[in-house]
Amino acid sequence: MILPAPHTNAIAVEVEGLTVRHGFTLAVDNVSFAARSGRVTAIVGPNGAGKTSTIEVCEGFSRATSGSVRVLGLDPQKQRAQLNKRIGVMLQDGGIYPTARVGELIRHYCTLFGNQRLHTELLNLVGLNHVVNTTYRRLSGGEKQRLSLALALANNPDVIFLDEPTSGIDVHGRDLIRSIIQQLRDRGCCVIIATHELDEAERFADDIIVFHQSKIVASGTLDDLRANHEEIRFRTSLSIDIASLTRHLGFEVRMVDRERYIVDGTSNPEVIVALTGWAKDHGMSIVDVAAGSRRLDDVFRQLTGGDQQ
Amino acid sequence: MKLLRAQLGSELRVLLRNGEQLLLIVGIPVLLLTFFSAVDLLPTGDVASVDFLLPGIIALAVMSTAMVSLGIATGFERSYNVLKRLGATPLGIPRLILAKALSVVVIEIGQLVLLVGVAISLGASTSSLNVATTLTAVVLGTLVFSGIGLTLAGRLRGEVNLAAQNGLYLVLLLLGGILFPLAELPGALQTMARVLPSGALADILRESLTGAGVSAGSSWAILLVWAVIAQISAARFFRWS
Repeated sequence: MILPAPHTNAIAVEVEGLTVRHGFTLAVDNVSFAARSGRVTAIVGPNGAGKTSTIEVCEGFSRATSGSVRVLGLDPQKQRAQLNKRIGVMLQDGGIYPTARVGELIRHYCTLFGNQRLHTELLNLVGLNHVVNTTYRRLSGGEKQRLSLALALANNPDVIFLDEPTSGIDVHGRDLIRSIIQQLRDRGCCVIIATHELDEAERFADDIIVFHQSKIVASGTLDDLRANHEEIRFRTSLSIDIASLTRHLGFEVRMVDRERYIVDGTSNPEVIVALTGWAKDHGMSIVDVAAGSRRLDDVFRQLTGGDQQ
Repeated sequence: MKLLRAQLGSELRVLLRNGEQLLLIVGIPVLLLTFFSAVDLLPTGDVASVDFLLPGIIALAVMSTAMVSLGIATGFERSYNVLKRLGATPLGIPRLILAKALSVVVIEIGQLVLLVGVAISLGASTSSLNVATTLTAVVLGTLVFSGIGLTLAGRLRGEVNLAAQNGLYLVLLLLGGILFPLAELPGALQTMARVLPSGALADILRESLTGAGVSAGSSWAILLVWAVIAQISAARFFRWS
């Protein structure tokens, strides 16, 4: 169904020094990033971090206070009519009238984009054939999200903006949306997702941009973000001398809670051997030893000093 | 043209599917016309109740469709981000506004046909009917009430807008010379009512339908001034999201 798009890996969205103010509130503070075709870029961060404000400038819904934004080489404000034909938009809260019926709504959006024949394929793609005549207000949360996604696909977009696409939906709904995102990426679409669900971003994003308090605090691939964020976790029932262990291992050790500890910055097996040797020398046993990269939410906590708000 | 037609169809579908809107634009006008024509309660003097009522009820129908129905629907579309969502399609604002305007016109034509038909079946006289004047007044009234409805819809939250539109509808119904002659109102209220758009529209329609308008000349001027103010206000204060 989805047509191949050219120029995979070309820069599709370019944001330079973007600042957005809503009255006296600074929503976005001098951020710059680029998103490429054929990749999924996740903009992550807590609610109110500036994700939606940034995306809305890219979509042409709001103006930048300063800075520049180009989407597919076009200015979202001055060339919006041209851009609307090539971008897909999934709003955070649907943007659908409660009494509109699923089938006629998808058909209507396909007509607005001149793609009437896409109607049936979109219904199949998002799995809403069984609710064609159901009104929006009677749909489940997952069905509403899928309908909203279908509308964003009605023009076979080259760039698609998805604001919290998997928020509040069940496992099967998430799987379906992930699968569609995968298809879009594979055919060369630039997929930009704003989400506060870090584990979701971890699952399907190629590139991650971390927003915190209106700024970008980190960006890169998942591996980039996790680099230097490796750790060894272990548990012991006895209290340990953290300073002594830190000196012994050469890596910082910190206590997570009364029984759990983390060695920051390494997952090297030699350090694990050194750790178990140190424990044996001090007459204590350690259990549940695990080593590896941190989860994105742990990386996020470290980047933001543990401040989720 | 295809996009306009598609959006017009969508506007009409949403409107006709809404029971409350149908009650407002069809049920209440037909009910008031039928009830007060059949039950001799109104102080209409020698004029048959139906002949007195029809012009005012047409003014009421224009107000229901162009102000309340359009205003409430648009207000909720704004709160639900429907307008914002449509802003990301090739439809464009001019086509969206035109589709909304045409949907109002289509409904008003239906209302006119229905109300005049009901009135004739109730014995209304149409010997003095001036079609051109009637249609011009309806168009001018539509400009006035759509401007007011969109101004409120563009500034107020969905639920507040709903209450404000309905409250204003009631005030304009009672003070608009629709159910009883303005001369029956107390002095100060009567003076105020004469400069309200509903009263002016009802007076012009009364003149064009039955030749019984009180001051049609000044009513045209009042309606024209309201049309200019309401449209400027809508253009100035309307917000899409």
